[in-house]
Amino acid sequence: MPSQVEALSRRLAQQLSRPWTVMEVCGGQTHSLLRWGLDQLLPVDLRLIHGPGCPVCVTSAATIDQALALARTPGVILCTYGDMLRVPGTERGVDLLGVRAAGGEVQLLTSPRDALLLAQERPDQDVVFLAVGFETTAPATALLARQARALGLSNLSLLTAHVRVAPAMEAILADPANQVQAFLAAGHVCSVIGTAELEELVARFQVPVVVTGFEPADLMVGLLEAVELLEAGTPRVANAYRRAVQPEGNPVARALLEEVFTPVDQPWRGLGVIRQGGLALRPPYDTLEARQRFGLAAPELAEEPGCPSCDAACISGEVLQGRVTPDQCPSFGGACTPEHPLGAPMVSSEGACAAWWRYRR
Amino acid sequence: MSESQERIRLGHGGGGTMMQALIDQEFRGLYADPQLVLHDAATLGRPSGALAFTTDSYVVHPLEFPGGDIGQLAITGTANDLAMAGARPQQISVAWILEEGFELACLRRIVASMATAALACGVAIVTGDTKVVERGKADRLFLTTSGIGVIKSPSPIGPGAIQVGDQLLVSGDLGRHGLAILAARHGLSLEPPLATDCMPLWPQVEACLQAGVRFHCLRDLTRGGLASALQELASAAGMELHLEEERVPVAAAVATACDILGFEPLHLANEGRFLAVVPPEQRALAEELFTAHGGQWIGEVRAGSTRVVLRTRYGSERLLVPPTGELLPRIC
Repeated sequence: MPSQVEALSRRLAQQLSRPWTVMEVCGGQTHSLLRWGLDQLLPVDLRLIHGPGCPVCVTSAATIDQALALARTPGVILCTYGDMLRVPGTERGVDLLGVRAAGGEVQLLTSPRDALLLAQERPDQDVVFLAVGFETTAPATALLARQARALGLSNLSLLTAHVRVAPAMEAILADPANQVQAFLAAGHVCSVIGTAELEELVARFQVPVVVTGFEPADLMVGLLEAVELLEAGTPRVANAYRRAVQPEGNPVARALLEEVFTPVDQPWRGLGVIRQGGLALRPPYDTLEARQRFGLAAPELAEEPGCPSCDAACISGEVLQGRVTPDQCPSFGGACTPEHPLGAPMVSSEGACAAWWRYRR
Repeated sequence: MSESQERIRLGHGGGGTMMQALIDQEFRGLYADPQLVLHDAATLGRPSGALAFTTDSYVVHPLEFPGGDIGQLAITGTANDLAMAGARPQQISVAWILEEGFELACLRRIVASMATAALACGVAIVTGDTKVVERGKADRLFLTTSGIGVIKSPSPIGPGAIQVGDQLLVSGDLGRHGLAILAARHGLSLEPPLATDCMPLWPQVEACLQAGVRFHCLRDLTRGGLASALQELASAAGMELHLEEERVPVAAAVATACDILGFEPLHLANEGRFLAVVPPEQRALAEELFTAHGGQWIGEVRAGSTRVVLRTRYGSERLLVPPTGELLPRIC
C-alpha cells in the first residue's frame, strides 16, 4: 500500500502543469487526509480546501438549543449519536454532556433502532431522537420513522436536522467568492444517492466531480482523477470509488428517503440557509417531528452565517466555506480547543478544526 | 429482576451479624491468612529494600466483560502499578462499596476471579473493608485496592531518568481492553469478539531486570492509552517522542473496529500492556525480550518540543495527542 500511494503521488506531480484548488467535501476525507499526512505528499501547487461535510458541524445552533431544552425537560429522554453530545448551542460552553451532568436524561445511541427499543422499554418517558447526518444516516432515521408509525409508538419523536450534500456543493459553486475548481464527492453519500445529482452540478457549473473513498489510496486516486480532468479541461462526474458506488446509488435506501422525507430549505451552522439543503419529515410521518409534538419553532430560515455561539472570536463559517484554514483562526488552539470548543468544527473528529488540532498544530 | 435472588441488603454493611456472615461466607477465602481479618489491621514482616505503595479505585460498566471482570482488574491493575515502579507486588488491600440489591451470584463470581488474579500476580490480599450504600447511590460495585511492593530495579525508574536517545518499546498489541469494554457498554457485537488484555506485568518486568535491562521508565497503558502515556512522559521529561506508526502493534480486529467507530486505537485503554524506555545500547536486548511476547520497538526520545510525533507508513508526519474526554463513537 505505501508504494501504491507513493506512485500515485509521483503521478500527481507529473500531471500537474499549473495550480489547482480542489475541495474534499466530506469530513471523513478531511480526517483521513490529515490522519495519514497525505497533504504532505501532494505537489505544492495542488491546494486542498476542507469542505462542510461534517454533519455535527453544520447542525444549526437553534436545533442544538432545542435539543438542550428538551433534554432539560422532565420526562424526556434525549438520545443521539456520540459526537453530538459535545456540541455547544448558542450559550457558550453548554452541551448535552453538561445537561446530563446537571440531571437531564441524555443517552448515546449507535443506531436509531436503539431509540425504538428505549421507547418500548420506557413507556412512561418521552424519547426524542436528535436525528442528524447526511444521506448516509438519513435512511436509518427513515426506517425508524416507518417502524415507529407501524408500531403506533406514541412516546417516540424525532428532532430532525438531516442535511443533503449536493445542495451545499451547489451553494459553494454559486458563491461569487468561490475558489473551488473541482470536488472530491463523498463516497458514502454517493453509495446512497448515486451520481445523478452530481451530473446536474457538472452540467450547470462545468467543474469536475470525482466520487472518492476514504482510504489513503482512494483519496490519492480521487485527487489524480480530479487533476487529470482539470488539466484536460473535460469536466464530468468520475467514479473513483467503484467498489462501493453504483451510478443509481442504493435504490432501496433512496425509495425509503423519498417515502419519509421531503427536501426543504435549511439553515446550516456557519453557512446560512441552503436551498433544499435539508430533509423534513413528510406526511404522514411529520406527526413524529419533535418540534411539532413539543410546540417548538421550525428551523429559523434567517440564521446568520458565522457561528452564532460566539462573536468574532470564532470564524468557523469561513473555515466551513474553505476561505481560511483552521490555523488561521485567531482562537485556534487558544480560546478554542476540543476541551472548550467555540465552534462546532472543533467538536467532531471529522470537523476541520479538530482534525488540524489533533494532527497538526 | 427476580425478588427471590439473593442480594446485598443495607444490613450487610451495618457492622452486625449480617455483615460478619457476608465476610465469613463470601470474602474470607480470599485472604492469605483468614484469621488476620478478624483484626483492624494486617501486620506485615519488615522487608529488605525500598517499598513501592499505590492505590486505585475501580468503577467499570459493565462489571463483567469479555475475558474479565472488575475483580480481576482491581487486583491486576494495582499489582501492575507496582510493577511499573520496578517493584515485585507483595500485599494488597481491598475496599468494597456494594449497592443495595447487588446480586450475590455476581459478587461470588467477582470474588472468585479476584482470588485467581491474586494467585497470578503473586500477591497476598491481607486486609479489607466492606460498605453498603442505598440502591441508586452506586453502580452495583465499586472497588478500591491498595498495594505494597518491594523495589527490585537497581536504578531509579521514572520520567526524570529519561534521556535523549532512549528507545521506546511496548509489551504487546494495543487497544483490546478499551474496545472490549466499549463494545460491551454500547451493545456492539464484534466478530470475532474481542476480550480484555488484562494480565500481570511483573513477570515480564522481572524477566527483563534479571536479563540485565536497566529501565529508565515504565508506564502501564491504561486509561488514555499509549497516546496519553507518551504525552505525559514527553511533558514530564521536556523532550520529543518520535514513533514509527508501522511498528506500533494494533490487532487487525481492533484497527477495523476503530475505523468504523471513529476511535483512535492508541487512545484505548489496555490492562496488560506497558511502555518501556531504555537506554540506546540496550535496545537490542530489550527488543529480543519484548518481541518474544508480542511486544515491539516503536520509537525513540529526541531533543525538541514536548510533543509526540508519529511518522506514518507513507513517510509523512503527524501529532499523536491524548483523547479529550469520554470516547464517543462518531456518527458515520
